[in-house]
Amino acid sequence: MTITEKILAAHCGFDEVFPGQFIEANVDLILANDITGPLAIEEFEKADAKKVFDPSKIVLVPDHFTPCKDIKSAEMVKVLRNFSKKHRTRFYDVGRVGIEHALLPEEGLILAGSLIIGADSHSCTYGAVGAFSTGVGSTDVAFAFITGKIWLKVPPSIKFIYTGRCSRFTGGKDIILYTIGKIGVDGARYKAMEFEGEAIENLSMDDRFTICNMAIEAGAKNGIIAPDTITEEFLLSVSRGKGIFYKSDRDAKYENIIEIDVSSIGPQVAAPHLPSNSRDVREFSDVRIDQVVIGSCTNGRISDLRKAAMIAKGKSVHSDVRVIIIPATQKIYQQALKEGLIHIFMDAGCVISPPTCGPCLGGHMGVLAKGEVAIATTNRNFIGRMGHPESFVYLSNPEVAMASAIKGRISHPEEVLK
Amino acid sequence: MKIRGKAWKFGDHINTDDIIAARYLNTTDISELSLHCMETISPGFSKKIAKGDIIVAGENFGCGSSREHAPIAIKGCGISLVIAKSFARIFFRNAINIGLPIVETNFVGRIFQDDIVEVDLDKGTIVNITRNQTGDFIKYPEFLQMIIKSGGLMQWAKEKYIK
Repeated sequence: MTITEKILAAHCGFDEVFPGQFIEANVDLILANDITGPLAIEEFEKADAKKVFDPSKIVLVPDHFTPCKDIKSAEMVKVLRNFSKKHRTRFYDVGRVGIEHALLPEEGLILAGSLIIGADSHSCTYGAVGAFSTGVGSTDVAFAFITGKIWLKVPPSIKFIYTGRCSRFTGGKDIILYTIGKIGVDGARYKAMEFEGEAIENLSMDDRFTICNMAIEAGAKNGIIAPDTITEEFLLSVSRGKGIFYKSDRDAKYENIIEIDVSSIGPQVAAPHLPSNSRDVREFSDVRIDQVVIGSCTNGRISDLRKAAMIAKGKSVHSDVRVIIIPATQKIYQQALKEGLIHIFMDAGCVISPPTCGPCLGGHMGVLAKGEVAIATTNRNFIGRMGHPESFVYLSNPEVAMASAIKGRISHPEEVLK
Repeated sequence: MKIRGKAWKFGDHINTDDIIAARYLNTTDISELSLHCMETISPGFSKKIAKGDIIVAGENFGCGSSREHAPIAIKGCGISLVIAKSFARIFFRNAINIGLPIVETNFVGRIFQDDIVEVDLDKGTIVNITRNQTGDFIKYPEFLQMIIKSGGLMQWAKEKYIK
């Protein structure tokens, strides 16, 4: 069996499961946010359910429109707050909240071998520690609140083997953008993306989170990386346990095996309006930009901020550009302060936002006007994603985003840092 | 169950931001969500359609976010069925869970804007009445039929778990 199949089998009481099989699996953790949570709570209450199956396994994270951008979003967060008080679930309010997919691993809530569902499509992020984690809808979450279960179809797996070493200014984001560019936004639809190989083994946890985070942009059900010593070190630093380390059998069946040599990949940029429009950054050097966003569940972690700060140090943001930096959690923000990264950003002319998904989905904290162009370390560049339906979003890694901020047009980091 | 309506044709990779933009997600009110259905790529869509009309799309319909607001907005504005060559997986499960009928078939290529289409969900057949053409599709597996027959996931939960 593959690692994905092993985790699913362990959670539905079967010795073995097969691609295409429908199972009802037990969940270890359920996540909902300020957009999807209120709908789930409505469904929970409409069903006349009286109590949740296990409050310690439910996490409500109001991160999308917080600090609340308007009255309606404040009402939605209030629904979460009240529900969490009534049912004693986990809840992170402003001051403690962070972007969910950075926050939960940091809080030690994600263990290897566990099964996690989140009413947020980027819940696939947690596969980076060797968990099965997938995005679901609000009704799924309401059902799981009551039963502790989720219906799933066991996905077939595709194995991605990354050989070689990443070149300077190339990392997890470039690997995943390149991969999505190769297979398309539905190239792994309904499937498990299993990432392995020398290049993955050499990546930090942060880069691994970035890769699994964007599995959904290829349509995948989950992205997963078998846990190793880097995973173990991370898990033991945030939690008392590490969970169960699974790995795929040698004779595990894959629908496809794709090999990619990362040493030939340069920094990637995905052009509007699909994440699969990825090409080498140098092909975009004439694209002028109005805004840069560095943050999100994809690239708002401490190593992302370090990479951006390395480019920004002693430089100034181009006069036509505004740069919004969003540390993904309070801890990351504090660490960035401690390391002097925030000073570097502010000296360069960037603004620092509290942790929020905000601009990534055109919610608040940096919405684009008609005709404006942004380069962002986020995950989607769909039409109107960051604001006006006639605005444009390019996706990149943090170094490219910051180099572009300084140059005023999409730039290779080497243009700034020789 | 038979569903008949006029087709509104869309392309491939219609994502959840196309179906309902995030700026409208600060509410769970169905009528408000419905008002903005497909607005980004088809302004005024919710006013143009008649109750019972059908959305017909290409590959990977509903890709992107997990927002259940997307199928809710579609159902809420009066669309009776979505036919696509394929669906993104979270949209697919959300539609099943909330009871929005969806059908996956390559027959999409033989349906054009404004055609009248009739689908028999029980038999797995599809008819383009305007062009007098017939096709079929693979019905859902038994497990999903069970949820659909209950009227959605929460109804099924009520029958099975909440007594």
